[in-house]
Amino acid sequence: MLNFYGKPFASRMLVGTALYPSPKIMQDAIRASGADIVTVSVRRESAGGKTGDAFWSLIRELDVTVLPNTAGCRTVREAVTTAKLARELFGTNWIKLEVIADDETLQPDVVGLVEAAGILAKDGFEVFPYTTEDLSVAMRLVEAGCRVVMPWASPIGSARGIVNREALKLLRQRLPDVTLIVDAGLGAPSHAAEAMELGYDGVLLNTAIAKAADPVAMAGAFRLAVEAGRNGFEAGLMGPRDFASPSTPLVGTPFWHAVS
Amino acid sequence: MQLIVNGERKDIRAARLDALLAELEYDSAHLAIALNYDVIPRAKWSETALKDGDEVEILTPRQGG
Repeated sequence: MLNFYGKPFASRMLVGTALYPSPKIMQDAIRASGADIVTVSVRRESAGGKTGDAFWSLIRELDVTVLPNTAGCRTVREAVTTAKLARELFGTNWIKLEVIADDETLQPDVVGLVEAAGILAKDGFEVFPYTTEDLSVAMRLVEAGCRVVMPWASPIGSARGIVNREALKLLRQRLPDVTLIVDAGLGAPSHAAEAMELGYDGVLLNTAIAKAADPVAMAGAFRLAVEAGRNGFEAGLMGPRDFASPSTPLVGTPFWHAVS
Repeated sequence: MQLIVNGERKDIRAARLDALLAELEYDSAHLAIALNYDVIPRAKWSETALKDGDEVEILTPRQGG
């Protein structure tokens, strides 16, 4: 069973709470996904505002575990402070750690990420780092105390699916004891199935569901894809071959004559 | 004194964090505060003093991916 820092979870799908057309659709989509874990963020509240209270009520109505993120953080100090603020707000030591290098690609700043991960792990956080497909960075994250690593498929919200399959395969091979989650860039259920077929422990997605024409139906489609991919992986995929290999037996082929 | 609250300069009379929230009419039950990048737990708001130029971030739960 999937586990995060020793805690088991039935669903291998983690779902975000952003970008939905309405609060009701967000709740219905999360239910349809079967996700046990949802991501949330920490944002400024305006004077007299109750946006945070309202959002928190919506989440509390769902039976889910919350994973706060450090979205928007560009420095170690911002990310570490945001994680501590999230701990105050949500009462959890879980943190999806994002340290972002660039506005266009929203790619991780891997140097800052590793530094922040180390600081937070020492402070008792259970870190879920959002990273690139780079093996050396993943290794540093594990050394820094992460037991979960979350490499991207492609940039956040780009819906391109897995663009560096070989690198993700390598991570799975070299980090067999780390909980690996493909996070970011998934666009279609087939992308999620592909991640699961590679042996990844789960997927995290938001935009692909929220921006679908029918988010609730899409959440259900992704749920099936994650199950199918995982079942395929556990059933033992045969693997690709260079050349054809007939399925129908050769013996007894009609009109066949031995060449003399 | 002048503080920077959620990125905006404001003239503030309050001398402590809890008083700041009251002065700005913050009403939410779900808030977390960072003062100059230090996270101040709710239990300490009434004993945390403010000084001119302090940067205060007042945060709340929000949607995220």
